[in-house]
Amino acid sequence: MAGKLDQIFILLRDWLAHFLPAALRPAAEVVLGVIAIVCVFPGLFALTTVFERKGLGRIQNRLGPNRVGPFGLFQPVADGIKALIKEDIVPFSANAGVHFLAPLVLVVTVFMGFAVLPMGRNMVLVNMDSGLLFYFAMGAATELSVFMAGWSSRNKYSLLGAMRAVAQMISYEVVLLLSAVSVVMISGTLSLPAIVASQNTYSGIWPHWYIFTPWGLAAFVMYAIAGTAETNRSPFDLPEGESELVAGYHTEYSGFKFALFFLGEYLAMFSISGLGTTLFLGGWSAPFSFLTLIPSWIWFFGKVMVSIFVFIWMRGTLPRLRQDQLMNFAWKFVLPFTLLDLLVTALWRFMGEGWARWVVCTVILVAAYAVMGCLGLSRKDIGPRSYRYAE
Amino acid sequence: MIGATPLAGYLLVAALLFAIGLAGALTRRNAILVLIGIELMLNAANLNLIAFWRYGPHPEALTGMMFAIFSIAVAAAEAAVGLGLVISIYRHTNTAELDKISRMKG
Amino acid sequence: MWRAKGVEGSAVVLFAARFGTHDPWRDARKDGRLLSPIFYILAVLTLAGGLASVTLKHLVHCALAVTVAFAGLALLFLQLDAQFAGFAQILVYIGAVVILIVFAILLTRGSDLPKEGVFSKTWPVGLLIAAAVFAVLGWAVLQSVRAVPQQAAVPAVTVRDIGIALVGRYVLPLEIVALLLTAATIGAVIVAMHEKVRSR
Repeated sequence: MAGKLDQIFILLRDWLAHFLPAALRPAAEVVLGVIAIVCVFPGLFALTTVFERKGLGRIQNRLGPNRVGPFGLFQPVADGIKALIKEDIVPFSANAGVHFLAPLVLVVTVFMGFAVLPMGRNMVLVNMDSGLLFYFAMGAATELSVFMAGWSSRNKYSLLGAMRAVAQMISYEVVLLLSAVSVVMISGTLSLPAIVASQNTYSGIWPHWYIFTPWGLAAFVMYAIAGTAETNRSPFDLPEGESELVAGYHTEYSGFKFALFFLGEYLAMFSISGLGTTLFLGGWSAPFSFLTLIPSWIWFFGKVMVSIFVFIWMRGTLPRLRQDQLMNFAWKFVLPFTLLDLLVTALWRFMGEGWARWVVCTVILVAAYAVMGCLGLSRKDIGPRSYRYAE
Repeated sequence: MIGATPLAGYLLVAALLFAIGLAGALTRRNAILVLIGIELMLNAANLNLIAFWRYGPHPEALTGMMFAIFSIAVAAAEAAVGLGLVISIYRHTNTAELDKISRMKG
Repeated sequence: MWRAKGVEGSAVVLFAARFGTHDPWRDARKDGRLLSPIFYILAVLTLAGGLASVTLKHLVHCALAVTVAFAGLALLFLQLDAQFAGFAQILVYIGAVVILIVFAILLTRGSDLPKEGVFSKTWPVGLLIAAAVFAVLGWAVLQSVRAVPQQAAVPAVTVRDIGIALVGRYVLPLEIVALLLTAATIGAVIVAMHEKVRSR
């Protein structure tokens, strides 16, 4: 029974595909998988917008939206209707073709990233041998759409926001890739279902997720920082901060196109959380071996929603980083630390089983963090705060 | 699907793309477009390499694919240095047009 | 050559009629007389992108057109069963080289179109040279059509094989490329750095 519930979506897909002749069945299965992804993730996006506004509201000591429906849960419906019926204003001197294509390119490339995420046992749309490389290729293509949006608007603030966003994204993309490479080193494969399968083992009741290892924890923290910066979420949301740049690269977008950008940003958030879950948090595997009765897709989506909650929490709590601060942070702290983590991962692998490798790896990482942190702090001219009062 | 397109098809596409890249590199004024032409030429050579790898006698030796991957890496490095040079020249002479940067005297 | 292909084609037809469903498209494809439609579309896309990137006036349009060409090439690599090369092409070229080109265009004020036009004074000579190169290459390809194999089995290339090859047989090129990339990174940073203002 638990097995059937676990595979319920696969069984549903096979049952639906059986209505078609045998030649069309593989294509029909893929199409059904695509339909499922296109329906589920925007639905989650709608839920997340309410979740975020209520969550931010509570962090800021106020209620979020609570008028439309019970506890404001129908707010996305109202937002959707508003976005769809708004007038689509394109600036006169804007490059109409590129202006139109930018949100499309964003949403298409972000959706492509979902094709390789294993959302449950046997529930991956395309089981590619180099799935991780495909995912990062799609992530790289996302940056191009950000630039297209900013440049085609013929607006200084849009262009500035786009350049800043692209600079930030390319800097943190290196970190994202390197922290994923340490997982690839240990699991020996670029295929995401195989990475989940290598984490799906239990010693006693404890799972072998990579986050429960010293190198995995460091890599996960770097991945989380880089993922937040890749999706332009606070505290790295300078490119779209209202107080600095109007709305950055999507200033000149209104109505449905802005809704597409919004959708693209949240879907990118889901995508990066999904990949982080797959790489470090064990994907669809249960936290304890006695909990494997609960279906695998519940665990996957649960972990993704916990990651989203942490994103929202960070947005409500941390102040925004300035552009030079975030670039310095990327190149001078996060990237060297990630490179060191690669070395530690290699040490972990070659030291063999036992408590020695735990001690050595932990000591190296903690010492490096302390040293780099102290170096970073001591170079800045931070003294005690001085106040100037009006006379 | 393979066996449907002969090797000559891929080689002709690569040759045409190379010629287009060469025409771009030789006829445009702006230095950046010359670099775009060079990138197109490198890409055409990569397509040639991969096509020969696929249709060759020993695809499991991975020679063609490795060559193409190294070529991609080297082309990216060359684009970076080339564009750095163009930016540096722009700062010095305030133009990126090759017709105007025809004197050796700085 | 065509008579041999006709004999082969009719042999395939007879074989197919005996052992499988008669599919004229499949037989034409086996002849090599009809190219795969996907290949046609991708080839047209790539060549159109390349052509647009060298003929358009506005530089950023050229950069976006060359992105289309790179994407078409990546899909051609995927059709040739070189998945690693295809995804590496998207990641490196579209994800990095195009962004680099676009940044360079923006930093060198590429939006201001020159008064004398975008093609240099000697453009007919350049076009002639390119046409001559294409003529030579095309002639060489068509002359040797008989010599190259027309069909090949799908090579079973996994990422693991590529990894083993990279640290086994190709470890020297790997290290040299690593050195080259380091030198290129440092060189590009130094070349493009602002010169220090010296007070005289």
